[in-house]
Amino acid sequence: MKKIISLSIISAVISLSGCKKDSEFLDIPPIQVIPTETAFSDPALVLSILGDLYNRQVDFSSLDNGWRSFADFSESFPSENGSSFIVERTGWGYGEWGTWDYAYIRDLNLFLQRMGATTKLKDIDKVRFTAEGRFLRANYYFEMAKRMGGVPLILEPMEYDYKEDVTNLQVPRAKESEVYDFVISEAEAIKDQLPADLNDRSRATKAAALAMQARAALYAGSIAKYGATTPSVSLPGGEVGIPAANAEGYYNKALAAAQQIINGTAGPVSLYKVLPNLSENFAAIFLDKSSVNQEAIFIEDFRAFAGKVHGFTTNDQPYSISDEGGDAGRLNPSLNLVESFEMLDGTFAPLPTTDGAGNPIYYDNQEDIFAGRDARLAGSVLIPNGVFKGKRVDIKAGTITPAGVTGGTAGLDGPVNGLEFRTQTGFYIRKWLDPTIGSGRRGRGSDVAFIRYRFAEVLLNAAEAAFELGQTALAADYLNLVRSRAGFTTALAAGDVTFDRIVHERRVELAFEGHILFDYKRWRIAHQVWTGDPTTLADLKSNIGLATKKSTQPWGLWPYQVTGGLNDGKWIFKEVLPSRVSGSNRFQLGNYYSEIGANIRAANPKIVRQPNQ
Amino acid sequence: MKFKLLYILPITLIALMTSCKKDNYDEPTSKLSGRIVYQGQSLGFENSQVPYELYQFGFGKVGPIGASFAQDGSYSTLLFDGQYKLIIPNGQGPFLWPKTASGAPDTLLINLKGNTQLDIEVTPYYMIRNATYSASGNAVTANFGVEKIVTDPAMARDIERVALFINKTQFVSSAGVNRIADAGINGSAIADPSQISLSVNIPSITPTQNYVFARVGVKVAGVEDWLYGPLEKLTY
Repeated sequence: MKKIISLSIISAVISLSGCKKDSEFLDIPPIQVIPTETAFSDPALVLSILGDLYNRQVDFSSLDNGWRSFADFSESFPSENGSSFIVERTGWGYGEWGTWDYAYIRDLNLFLQRMGATTKLKDIDKVRFTAEGRFLRANYYFEMAKRMGGVPLILEPMEYDYKEDVTNLQVPRAKESEVYDFVISEAEAIKDQLPADLNDRSRATKAAALAMQARAALYAGSIAKYGATTPSVSLPGGEVGIPAANAEGYYNKALAAAQQIINGTAGPVSLYKVLPNLSENFAAIFLDKSSVNQEAIFIEDFRAFAGKVHGFTTNDQPYSISDEGGDAGRLNPSLNLVESFEMLDGTFAPLPTTDGAGNPIYYDNQEDIFAGRDARLAGSVLIPNGVFKGKRVDIKAGTITPAGVTGGTAGLDGPVNGLEFRTQTGFYIRKWLDPTIGSGRRGRGSDVAFIRYRFAEVLLNAAEAAFELGQTALAADYLNLVRSRAGFTTALAAGDVTFDRIVHERRVELAFEGHILFDYKRWRIAHQVWTGDPTTLADLKSNIGLATKKSTQPWGLWPYQVTGGLNDGKWIFKEVLPSRVSGSNRFQLGNYYSEIGANIRAANPKIVRQPNQ
Repeated sequence: MKFKLLYILPITLIALMTSCKKDNYDEPTSKLSGRIVYQGQSLGFENSQVPYELYQFGFGKVGPIGASFAQDGSYSTLLFDGQYKLIIPNGQGPFLWPKTASGAPDTLLINLKGNTQLDIEVTPYYMIRNATYSASGNAVTANFGVEKIVTDPAMARDIERVALFINKTQFVSSAGVNRIADAGINGSAIADPSQISLSVNIPSITPTQNYVFARVGVKVAGVEDWLYGPLEKLTY
C-alpha cells in the first residue's frame, strides 16, 4: 500500500512537471541581456542606451583623454619625462589624429533604426531620442571630416549576408563637401525636435545643434576658401578639398546658424559675466556648472563620488599646492602663447625683459611684467605668484647678482630643466583647473565639465563668417562682445578686423579647448606656423599677432630674484628654451588629413588614400 | 597532480622542440637595391622623406612594404623572390612619377630573383649640375648650376628657392634639425640658373670640430620635398 502511494506520488510529480510544452520549457527570456523590444519600450532604458552613445563621443582634447591631449603644438611644454617626446620629435606621423570608428557609427545607426521601429514609446520621447541619436551621428561624422576629410557616409546599419561577397559593403569615400553638407542638413533637420531650453547641457539641445551647424559650415567655408592656397592638398574625386566657389554659401550658413543662437531663439545664452575680476570671471566659465553659467551650450559632464571623474587637476595642479604629493604640474603653457595675449590698448608686444640697451628690466613684483594685458591671460594661465586654492605658486629659477651671476635654489614650483611635475616654462595651466577641496586627489578626481560648444566660440564663428562675407562692421561687433569681457575698453572698428585678428582671437580665447589644430588646418596655415625650423629668440619676440608667425618650439620665461645692489629683492625675467626641447614641429602637407591605414584600404579597395602621403 | 605532470612535461617538451623547425620560415634573402636616377645621375633627397612602397599580390589582403630613400637617393630592401610592384605615392619627391588615367601612381613591375640591382628612372623638375664646394676661413662656398628638366608648360614648375645648407653631421637638409646654418636666394632673384654661387658662415660648433658637411638644394614651387645635390665633407 505504501509503495503504491509513493509510486503514484512520484509518477504524479513527473507527469505534472514533465508535461510542459517544449516551446514553453525552452523559451526562457534571457536574464543577462535586455531584448531589443524591451529596451526600446521604456524611456529610461532608451536613455541608458543613449547615455552610452553620448559617452563614446570623440573629442580632440578632453578632460578624460588625459592631460596630454591638451599639450603639443608649441602652446605648452610637457613636464613629464615620459612625455618629452612631444618636444623632442621633429614632426607628426601621417596617422596622427586619425579616427575611424565605424563600430560607433553602426551602433548609432542601429539605435536610429530601432527607434524608428518601436511603437511603445510616447511620440514626444521618440522624437527627442531620435533627434539626439542623429545629433551624435552628425557630430561624429563632423569629427571624422575634420581629421580624415571625406569618409564613407553610412546611414543604415549594414548586414553581411554570409555569401562571401562583400562588395556591397565596400562603400567609397564621400566628397569632403558631402560630409559637411550632411552635418549641416542634419543639424537643420533636428534643431526643432530638440529642446529649445538649456536645462540639460550635457544632452543635445537646439542650441547645440545650431552651434555644431555653425562650426561645421565655417570649417567647410574656410577649407573651400583657403584650400586654394595649397592646391596639392586635394584629391581629384573631391574626397579632400572643397571647390572655392562654395565658400560663400558655407559662410552664409555659418553666420545664419550662429545668429539664431545669438538672437536667443535657441534658449537663453549669454556670455558669462558674474565676477568683478575679469580674470577670475574668465576662469570661472570653465568651473561654474550652475544655471548662472549661460555660456556653456554643450558639455561633457562629470560628477565626483559617482564614478565619472577625471584627473586633469591631479595631473596639472601646481607642485607645491598638490593634493597628491608629487603628482602635479604636467601641462606648462609656453611663452609663445603667453606673449600673444595682447596689451589692453589692443597692441601686440613681447613681455618686456630687457630695455633698449639690453639691460634687464627690474620688477618689484613678479606679476608686474604681465600688467596691462588681456584679462584672459591670467584666466587661462597661472602666472608666477598667481593664486590657486588660496595659495601662491612659488615660481623662481634662482637668484641673480647685479653682475648677472645666477645661483640660489629654485622655487618649490620650479622651474628647473628636466625636473618633471613642476613647471619648466615658468607657467602653469589655469583653465579647467578645479579649485574644489580634494579635486587634486587621485581617488576623488575632479568633476569640472568639459565644454564642447560655448557661446563665445559661437560669437567668434559668427565674426569669422561675417568677416569672410565682407561684413566687417558686423564682425567687429561680435568680436567686441568677446573682447569687452576680456577687459578691452577700446572697441575694434570695422577696419581693424583682419584675418590675423580672427586667428589671434580664436587662439587666445579658445586656448586649451582643442581648437588650434583644426583651426590651423582649415586655414591651411599649419605648415607655415609649424615649419620645422627652430624658433630663435628673435623669432619669438617678433611678428606677434601674425597668423603665420612661426611657433615650432615652446619657450619659457624664468623669473630670477636679484640679490644685492640697488635692486635687491626685485625680479628680472629671462626667456629660456627648456633644455628638453630638442625637436621642432614640422607640419607637412601630408599631415593635413590623417592617414587611412593600410588595413582599412586593403579591406575596402574603394577607399582612396590621402594626398601627399 | 604528480601523475599529470609526468605526462604534461614530456608532451610540452616534445612540442617545444619539434615546433621550432616546422613553424618558422627562412628570412628573406634577396636584396633589391639601387638608386633613383635621371639619365644615370642620382638625385638627392632629405633623409627618409621620400617614400616608396612595394606591393605583392596573391597573399590575401594587400598592404604596402614601405620604406624610403636615403639622402643620396639610394634604397635597399630584403625580400623573398617573387613579383612585386613598386610605386612612389602621389605628391612625394621633387620629380614626376607616371600616373594612371585615374590619377593613381603607376606601378613598376619587378621580378625579383636573387640579389637585384635596379635603378629607378624618374623625371625631376630640375637637376643640380656641377656642384663644387669649398671651405676657406670660416665660410663655405658652393658653386652650382640648376637645369630645368621639365619644360612642358602644363607640368613645369618654377624654382621657389635655392639654398646651401651645412650641418655637423652627414645628415644635411632644410629640416631644422639637419642644419646649423644656411644661405639661400629666392627663385625670382636668380640671375643665371647655370651659375649660382652661395656662401654661408660656419657658426661655432660645440664640441668643436674642424669639418662640416655641405649640400645645396632646390625647392620647387608647389612641391614639398627639396631636391639636393651631392654631399661633401669639408675640412677647414
